[in-house]
Amino acid sequence: MGADASAAVPAGLPELAAVHWRRRVDRTALARSGRLWTLCTAAHTAPLITTAGVLAALNPVTIPVGLILLGHAWAIPELYAARGAKVIRRRDVPDMEAEAVALGFLGDLVDHRARDLLCRSGMVLEQASLGVWLLACDGALLVPAGGRRVHCYCVGVSDRGLPPSDRTAHLLLALREDEAGLATVANLAFAGAPWRLRRRLRGPARAALDEAVGLARRLTAHGQPSP
Amino acid sequence: MSRLIRMDRTGHTTIAEWTAGDPESTNAAVTAFHEQLEQGCFAVVSEGPGRARQVSELPVQEPVVILRRPIAGG
Repeated sequence: MGADASAAVPAGLPELAAVHWRRRVDRTALARSGRLWTLCTAAHTAPLITTAGVLAALNPVTIPVGLILLGHAWAIPELYAARGAKVIRRRDVPDMEAEAVALGFLGDLVDHRARDLLCRSGMVLEQASLGVWLLACDGALLVPAGGRRVHCYCVGVSDRGLPPSDRTAHLLLALREDEAGLATVANLAFAGAPWRLRRRLRGPARAALDEAVGLARRLTAHGQPSP
Repeated sequence: MSRLIRMDRTGHTTIAEWTAGDPESTNAAVTAFHEQLEQGCFAVVSEGPGRARQVSELPVQEPVVILRRPIAGG
């Protein structure tokens, strides 16, 4: 029989062993990955915009070609944002009875405010050290303090037969165990301005993002509510 | 009465129940706990808002111990 004092295991998600080559995420790494994402998007779109401008300056006949290039430049960030929005897309519920049980269990794990949002959007809002999280069944959004950027993570339980709320509860418990570990294990699907993602979300998810961004704007750089 | 709960396809299943002062129920719970860990589950104790702790031995004083499956990036 295990005594309580010896029951705790070393800090950190055990799942980190599967991604041992990744550096553990912290605020600095988070900011860096956000900037890299922006830089990458700019590297994809700037040549297209530049080429469109140069072509138009050289010969106005090429303007239609330039418009096609500008269309591509517009579409690339939109496609990235669409990929980010997919991580919190709601799934079909295979077993309503099991989902009701799982939802009740998940509701017991969160406070009144988060429970209210859970009923409206199916997502769990959780404030933590790195920022404000929105957890869904197959992914999570992280809005760092300041609310100027959102990181979309694809992460979940491999058993697809679990009810969606149970899948969300798995992420919530993992987040509470080791927030940085969860961000390290997860795959980044998109990082960018919340408004870009917001356009790709439907009503309840959009309202949830607004709430997360609003909360993140009130946080200091250290993840604490500003005075 | 404490409970060992596994999140599964039914929503959740109570794997074991025990009372801290009752060796029989506690031993049965400890056995069930280790069986679940051997099957690949991780055990977690919720510690209130925003905090949870992973455990490798059954914390018999806790009211609820939750078993979860491993997660991975998708």
